[in-house]
Amino acid sequence: MNINTARFGELKVNEDEIIHFKEGLFGFENLKRYIIFQMEEDNPLMWMQAIDDGDLAFILISPFEFRPNYSLKLADKDVEELELASPEDTNIFAIVVLPEDSSKMTANLQGPIVINKIKKLGKQVISTNPKHKLKHYILEEIQGNIG
Amino acid sequence: MLVLSRKKNESIIIGDDVEIVIVDIKGDQVKIGIKAPKSVSVHRAEVYEEIQAENKKASSAPKQLTGLGSLFSQFKKK
Repeated sequence: MNINTARFGELKVNEDEIIHFKEGLFGFENLKRYIIFQMEEDNPLMWMQAIDDGDLAFILISPFEFRPNYSLKLADKDVEELELASPEDTNIFAIVVLPEDSSKMTANLQGPIVINKIKKLGKQVISTNPKHKLKHYILEEIQGNIG
Repeated sequence: MLVLSRKKNESIIIGDDVEIVIVDIKGDQVKIGIKAPKSVSVHRAEVYEEIQAENKKASSAPKQLTGLGSLFSQFKKK
Protein backbone atom coordinates (compact mmCIF):
# COMPACT_ATOMS: atom_id res chain seq x y z
CA MET A 1 0.00 0.00 0.00
CA ASN A 2 1.04 3.62 -0.49
CA ILE A 3 0.54 6.34 2.10
CA ASN A 4 0.95 10.10 1.79
CA THR A 5 3.27 11.57 4.37
CA ALA A 6 4.35 15.10 5.22
CA ARG A 7 8.02 14.18 5.51
CA PHE A 8 8.60 11.46 2.95
CA GLY A 9 5.99 12.22 0.31
CA GLU A 10 4.32 9.10 -1.00
CA LEU A 11 5.67 6.16 0.96
CA LYS A 12 5.41 2.57 -0.17
CA VAL A 13 4.57 0.40 2.81
CA ASN A 14 4.88 -3.35 2.93
CA GLU A 15 1.85 -4.39 4.98
CA ASP A 16 3.78 -7.22 6.62
CA GLU A 17 6.04 -4.63 8.22
CA ILE A 18 3.32 -2.58 9.88
CA ILE A 19 3.57 -2.61 13.68
CA HIS A 20 0.25 -2.72 15.51
CA PHE A 21 -0.08 -0.78 18.77
CA LYS A 22 -3.33 -1.96 20.37
CA GLU A 23 -3.39 1.04 22.71
CA GLY A 24 -1.60 3.55 20.52
CA LEU A 25 0.98 5.77 22.19
CA PHE A 26 0.31 7.96 25.23
CA GLY A 27 -1.49 11.03 23.92
CA PHE A 28 -1.94 9.36 20.52
CA GLU A 29 -4.30 6.58 21.49
CA ASN A 30 -6.25 6.69 18.21
CA LEU A 31 -3.30 5.83 16.01
CA LYS A 32 -2.54 2.15 16.15
CA ARG A 33 -0.41 1.41 13.09
CA TYR A 34 3.15 2.53 12.46
CA ILE A 35 6.03 1.67 10.22
CA ILE A 36 9.64 1.89 11.43
CA PHE A 37 12.54 2.47 9.09
CA GLN A 38 16.08 3.73 9.07
CA MET A 39 16.76 7.33 8.08
CA GLU A 40 20.04 7.06 6.34
CA GLU A 41 23.10 4.89 6.48
CA ASP A 42 25.43 5.44 9.43
CA ASN A 43 22.69 7.23 11.36
CA PRO A 44 21.36 5.44 14.43
CA LEU A 45 18.12 7.45 14.33
CA MET A 46 15.06 5.72 12.93
CA TRP A 47 11.67 7.01 11.83
CA MET A 48 8.36 5.73 13.11
CA GLN A 49 5.70 6.96 10.71
CA ALA A 50 2.00 6.68 11.55
CA ILE A 51 0.13 4.83 8.81
CA ASP A 52 -3.16 6.62 9.43
CA ASP A 53 -1.82 10.16 9.85
CA GLY A 54 0.70 11.24 7.25
CA ASP A 55 1.72 14.24 9.36
CA LEU A 56 2.74 12.20 12.37
CA ALA A 57 6.17 10.65 12.67
CA PHE A 58 8.45 10.08 15.62
CA ILE A 59 12.20 9.76 15.73
CA LEU A 60 13.47 6.66 17.52
CA ILE A 61 16.80 5.41 18.73
CA SER A 62 17.89 2.13 20.22
CA PRO A 63 18.84 2.78 23.88
CA PHE A 64 21.92 0.60 23.34
CA GLU A 65 23.34 3.31 21.06
CA PHE A 66 24.01 5.53 24.05
CA ARG A 67 23.73 3.09 26.98
CA PRO A 68 25.59 -0.13 26.22
CA ASN A 69 24.40 -1.64 29.52
CA TYR A 70 20.74 -0.75 29.02
CA SER A 71 18.18 -3.23 30.23
CA LEU A 72 14.44 -3.08 30.71
CA LYS A 73 12.33 -5.22 32.99
CA LEU A 74 8.94 -5.75 31.40
CA ALA A 75 5.82 -6.17 33.51
CA ASP A 76 4.01 -9.49 33.09
CA LYS A 77 1.10 -7.57 31.64
CA ASP A 78 3.28 -6.05 28.91
CA VAL A 79 4.83 -9.42 28.03
CA GLU A 80 1.34 -10.85 27.73
CA GLU A 81 -0.03 -8.01 25.63
CA LEU A 82 2.94 -8.15 23.30
CA GLU A 83 2.63 -11.96 23.09
CA LEU A 84 6.35 -12.21 23.68
CA ALA A 85 7.69 -15.75 23.78
CA SER A 86 11.35 -14.90 24.17
CA PRO A 87 13.50 -11.81 24.84
CA GLU A 88 15.13 -12.31 21.43
CA ASP A 89 11.83 -11.43 19.77
CA THR A 90 12.00 -7.95 21.26
CA ASN A 91 13.15 -4.65 19.84
CA ILE A 92 13.31 -1.66 22.16
CA PHE A 93 13.38 1.97 21.09
CA ALA A 94 13.35 5.31 22.85
CA ILE A 95 11.44 8.23 21.38
CA VAL A 96 13.69 11.16 20.56
CA VAL A 97 12.95 14.86 20.98
CA LEU A 98 15.03 16.85 18.53
CA PRO A 99 15.30 20.55 19.45
CA GLU A 100 16.62 23.22 17.12
CA ASP A 101 20.12 22.62 18.47
CA SER A 102 20.32 18.99 17.48
CA SER A 103 23.30 18.33 19.74
CA LYS A 104 20.80 18.64 22.61
CA MET A 105 18.57 15.83 21.38
CA THR A 106 17.05 13.73 24.14
CA ALA A 107 15.69 10.19 24.38
CA ASN A 108 12.83 9.11 26.61
CA LEU A 109 13.73 5.96 28.54
CA GLN A 110 10.81 6.27 30.95
CA GLY A 111 8.31 5.45 28.23
CA PRO A 112 10.15 3.17 25.81
CA ILE A 113 8.60 1.51 22.77
CA VAL A 114 8.73 -2.28 22.91
CA ILE A 115 8.17 -4.27 19.74
CA ASN A 116 7.51 -7.94 19.20
CA LYS A 117 9.35 -8.16 15.90
CA ILE A 118 7.95 -11.60 15.08
CA LYS A 119 4.29 -10.74 15.63
CA LYS A 120 4.66 -7.06 14.72
CA LEU A 121 3.05 -5.86 17.92
CA GLY A 122 4.12 -2.70 19.71
CA LYS A 123 3.49 -0.99 23.01
CA GLN A 124 4.71 2.09 24.80
CA VAL A 125 5.47 0.78 28.27
CA ILE A 126 6.41 2.60 31.46
CA SER A 127 9.76 1.73 32.95
CA THR A 128 9.77 1.48 36.73
CA ASN A 129 13.57 1.76 36.85
CA PRO A 130 14.32 5.12 38.52
CA LYS A 131 17.43 5.49 36.32
CA HIS A 132 15.22 5.71 33.24
CA LYS A 133 14.29 9.37 32.80
CA LEU A 134 12.13 11.33 30.38
CA LYS A 135 15.16 13.10 28.96
CA HIS A 136 18.54 11.53 28.36
CA TYR A 137 20.97 13.74 26.46
CA ILE A 138 22.00 11.22 23.84
CA LEU A 139 25.21 12.77 22.56
CA GLU A 140 26.41 13.65 26.05
CA GLU A 141 25.91 10.05 27.13
CA ILE A 142 27.74 8.75 24.06
CA GLN A 143 30.65 11.02 24.90
CA GLY A 144 30.57 9.93 28.54
CA ASN A 145 30.84 6.29 27.53
CA ILE A 146 34.03 6.96 25.64
CA GLY A 147 35.64 9.61 27.84
CA MET B 1 -16.41 10.24 41.04
CA LEU B 2 -16.96 8.35 44.26
CA VAL B 3 -15.45 10.04 47.30
CA LEU B 4 -14.89 8.10 50.52
CA SER B 5 -13.38 9.11 53.85
CA ARG B 6 -10.83 6.70 55.29
CA LYS B 7 -8.64 6.71 58.38
CA LYS B 8 -5.16 5.35 58.78
CA ASN B 9 -5.03 1.56 58.28
CA GLU B 10 -8.48 1.50 56.71
CA SER B 11 -8.84 0.33 53.14
CA ILE B 12 -11.00 0.18 50.05
CA ILE B 13 -11.57 -2.81 47.80
CA ILE B 14 -11.94 -2.23 44.06
CA GLY B 15 -13.40 -5.10 42.09
CA ASP B 16 -12.45 -8.55 43.34
CA ASP B 17 -8.76 -8.22 43.71
CA VAL B 18 -7.54 -4.68 44.21
CA GLU B 19 -7.14 -3.29 47.71
CA ILE B 20 -6.03 0.23 48.57
CA VAL B 21 -4.78 0.74 52.13
CA ILE B 22 -4.15 4.08 53.80
CA VAL B 23 -0.78 3.28 55.36
CA ASP B 24 0.02 6.65 56.88
CA ILE B 25 -1.15 10.26 56.94
CA LYS B 26 1.27 13.09 57.66
CA GLY B 27 0.23 16.69 57.06
CA ASP B 28 -0.77 16.98 53.40
CA GLN B 29 0.78 13.68 52.41
CA VAL B 30 -0.91 10.30 52.37
CA LYS B 31 1.00 7.05 52.07
CA ILE B 32 -1.02 4.51 50.13
CA GLY B 33 -0.49 0.77 49.86
CA ILE B 34 -1.86 -1.05 46.83
CA LYS B 35 -2.49 -4.79 46.74
CA ALA B 36 -3.27 -5.85 43.20
CA PRO B 37 -2.57 -8.74 40.86
CA LYS B 38 0.53 -8.42 38.70
CA SER B 39 -1.66 -7.91 35.65
CA VAL B 40 -2.83 -4.53 36.98
CA SER B 41 -0.45 -1.69 36.26
CA VAL B 42 -0.13 0.99 38.91
CA HIS B 43 1.62 4.30 38.24
CA ARG B 44 1.53 7.83 39.56
CA ALA B 45 -0.76 9.91 37.33
CA GLU B 46 2.05 12.41 36.64
CA VAL B 47 4.09 9.70 34.93
CA TYR B 48 1.39 9.22 32.28
CA GLU B 49 0.99 12.94 31.82
CA GLU B 50 4.71 13.52 31.50
CA ILE B 51 5.14 10.78 28.92
CA GLN B 52 2.14 12.15 27.00
CA ALA B 53 3.68 15.62 26.99
CA GLU B 54 7.07 14.23 25.91
CA ASN B 55 5.39 12.31 23.05
CA LYS B 56 3.69 15.55 21.94
CA LYS B 57 7.07 17.30 21.86
CA ALA B 58 8.60 14.43 19.91
CA SER B 59 5.78 14.47 17.37
CA SER B 60 6.82 17.82 15.97
CA ALA B 61 9.99 16.37 14.51
CA PRO B 62 11.50 18.35 11.63
CA LYS B 63 11.16 17.16 8.08
CA GLN B 64 14.82 17.14 7.27
CA LEU B 65 17.39 15.37 9.34
CA THR B 66 20.31 15.37 7.00
CA GLY B 67 23.71 15.62 8.60
CA LEU B 68 22.64 14.01 11.86
CA GLY B 69 24.56 10.85 11.08
CA SER B 70 27.79 12.82 10.92
CA LEU B 71 26.88 14.48 14.22
CA PHE B 72 26.88 11.05 15.81
CA SER B 73 30.19 9.98 14.32
CA GLN B 74 31.66 13.30 15.43
CA PHE B 75 30.64 12.64 19.03
CA LYS B 76 31.78 9.04 18.93
CA LYS B 77 35.23 10.12 17.88
CA LYS B 78 35.71 12.80 20.53
